[in-house]
Amino acid sequence: MSKLVRFAADILYPVVLIFGLYIVAHGHITPGGGFQGGAVIATGVALVIVAYGYREVTQWIGKGGLMAREVVGLLGFIGTALVAFIFGMPFFYNYLAGQGGLFGVPVTYGPNPGELNTGGTVPLMNFAVGIEVWGGLALVILYLLSGLVPHDDHEKEGS
Amino acid sequence: MILEFVWTHAPALLVAIPLLGAFLCPVIGKISRTTRTAWVAGIMLVSAIVAFILASRVLTEGTVLYSFGAFDPTLTIPMDSGGIPIRIIFTVDAMSAFMDIICATVGFSAIAYSLSAESRNSGLEGYYTLFLLMVCGVFGMVSTGDFFNFFVFLEILSMASAGIIAYRVDGGVAVEAAIKYFVLSSVGAIFVLFAIGIYYGQYDALNMAVIASRIQWSTLDMIALVMLVAALAMKCGAVPMHFWTPDAYSMAPSSATAFLVVASQASLYGLFRVLFTFYNVTLNAATMGWIIIILGVLSMVVGVTMAIPQKDVKRLMAYHAVSQTGYMLLGVGVGLAVLGNQPLMESFGYMAMSGGVFHILNHALYKGLLFLTAGAIFYRIGTRNLNKMGGLGHNMKWTMIFFIIGALAIAGIPPLNGFASKLMIYESVFIFNPVLAIIAMVVSILTLASFVKVFHSIFMGPQLPEYAGVKEAPPSMLLGMGILASLAVIFGLFPDLVVTTLVNPAVHALTDQGAYIASVLGGA
Amino acid sequence: MLWNLPYLAVVIITVIGLAAILLKKNLIKMMLGINILQSSANLFLISLGYREGGIAPIYTLAPSTHMVLPTPQALCLTSIVIGLATSALMLSFAVIIHKKYGTVDLDQIRRLQG
Repeated sequence: MSKLVRFAADILYPVVLIFGLYIVAHGHITPGGGFQGGAVIATGVALVIVAYGYREVTQWIGKGGLMAREVVGLLGFIGTALVAFIFGMPFFYNYLAGQGGLFGVPVTYGPNPGELNTGGTVPLMNFAVGIEVWGGLALVILYLLSGLVPHDDHEKEGS
Repeated sequence: MILEFVWTHAPALLVAIPLLGAFLCPVIGKISRTTRTAWVAGIMLVSAIVAFILASRVLTEGTVLYSFGAFDPTLTIPMDSGGIPIRIIFTVDAMSAFMDIICATVGFSAIAYSLSAESRNSGLEGYYTLFLLMVCGVFGMVSTGDFFNFFVFLEILSMASAGIIAYRVDGGVAVEAAIKYFVLSSVGAIFVLFAIGIYYGQYDALNMAVIASRIQWSTLDMIALVMLVAALAMKCGAVPMHFWTPDAYSMAPSSATAFLVVASQASLYGLFRVLFTFYNVTLNAATMGWIIIILGVLSMVVGVTMAIPQKDVKRLMAYHAVSQTGYMLLGVGVGLAVLGNQPLMESFGYMAMSGGVFHILNHALYKGLLFLTAGAIFYRIGTRNLNKMGGLGHNMKWTMIFFIIGALAIAGIPPLNGFASKLMIYESVFIFNPVLAIIAMVVSILTLASFVKVFHSIFMGPQLPEYAGVKEAPPSMLLGMGILASLAVIFGLFPDLVVTTLVNPAVHALTDQGAYIASVLGGA
Repeated sequence: MLWNLPYLAVVIITVIGLAAILLKKNLIKMMLGINILQSSANLFLISLGYREGGIAPIYTLAPSTHMVLPTPQALCLTSIVIGLATSALMLSFAVIIHKKYGTVDLDQIRRLQG
């Protein structure tokens, strides 16, 4: 793509990233959450791929790193749920809510301006899902592209 | 201590362990082959143990409830919820425990088998991740008490299955089979979602027990029933929509095929759950029962007639799977047709249903076994074409013995397990309608004829020169087949053992709608 | 009768989706049909939770009027996520099919027979 497009992508990518992180972080008090935020970030990756082309981008982002992100996200999600067993509580029990500390501020009743430091394990799971979707969707885009790159001699015979 | 922990949290662990195993698989796979093998086998073994502990708890204590994220796992209705279960609840009654046991047994055998069957392929992290996700999907589908959750696990299962069918691209043919399977299951799942919407709109609930307690048999309920029966019958491979089965079963790797049989039976479980737990006597039992019976008879006849001319051994077995699904539908359909009429239920209804439900277990055992033997033959000689095989009995003695056990069991020859359940179906169906019983017997004879032909062309005859160096299948494959074969023999010799401890409680859990509702909502 | 319009739209979209799945010969178009069907299910769920004059169920500085029911929206979100995974998997199947068979015409993707 032209220099103009690359320049615009350079500027837009951090903005998209921050917007995605904002959606992930506010997932428990506004519409949105891990999946939506992660999807927004993955569109940022798609934007960079459009601007710089498949070959160049794969030199910066390895599939291994994205796969690692996916695994970390999934493990974070199920790990957060599993930690409840340590407290002797059922699976997915929200052991952080209302305890003070991280995400532990009790929620006030009725309409409120939206306290970010609430929600217990929900924001943690949103972050985990956000990371997972970021890695997963970017990986999907890369794999779909790798199937479509026309003269890719090392993958010609198929896997 | 640890036993007590598992005892309390078994329903959650049932889903959590395979999920954790699946997610960690790519990481563990990076270390070395042996660790990955140990990890996968260990995870499956632990899940199977948890499933058996859960089943023993269900059979001693009655229905086990588990509310996710609640203060106390048995707290189904929170104080401030107004008497409605708001959380995702796992309701494991005897029928669910029965399906859990099937999934655990076949899953463990298939994993043990795949350890050497798949060892020649690359990209095994993905394969085992998908396999464990399938295990998680089946466990979730059969244990959940929340209908939307059922849909989510159904989707997990069909996505993982589609991935595993297409896993060996095989010149694109496997992908073609996967597309067929996946398009059908996506459309089916969307109709399940529509039905969920209809229930939610009418009864303000997603929990199965609440829906069951409020169901009224309105026009919308009829539409929802039609959608669910169509979608789930399609997923379990009953006849009008069976055409994905031969493709998907023949193209998937053999160990995965054995588990795909269980996966389609999880859909069958969903169908029975909808018919008996949701509607029970509110629906027009005779009409609906006859619809299920006709589906069953069509599946039996069409499946077996399509199977006879097949050249590909796995395709042939897949058509037999369609035919055997018909027996389950027939048995349970007869039970449904006389539902609500207690004297008739006592005289043959319960027995027909026990036969149908017992056949689910038996089918999973012998059909899994047959697919595994077909995979072992394919592993050694590299073809599935029956015309190119011959004389393998000289080299693969154990595989031959296991094949004989499987083939005789599927044809319903005593003293194997297929006979035990088929006898129950024949006896009870004969009282209900003799013609149906005769059709069932004829189908059995055709099945036997078909398998005699297959046996002859694979194992009999002089040793062919091109297969002179063929060796017996590796030990871990024999272990997987051996577990299933020995269970098939044991269940055939002592059917009463299984029928009284597992099958009859499962049947009574299905028919007794009130008990299911009371276990979740409490009281009457 | 006006409040039944969304359900009418659901029926129309369902028919369009099913027609695309059954009649289109192009693999990609058939997959789009599944996506259309998925959207109709989502629309159905959303319209179930609608209340006239209701506001979005967000408590951040919410005025004290009726809210629409949030549960169908949560179900719908889950269904969208599943729909995304479905389309990704199907598109990757289509890519492989196109690579191996050189076509996405359903009449020519028929190597499994019998």
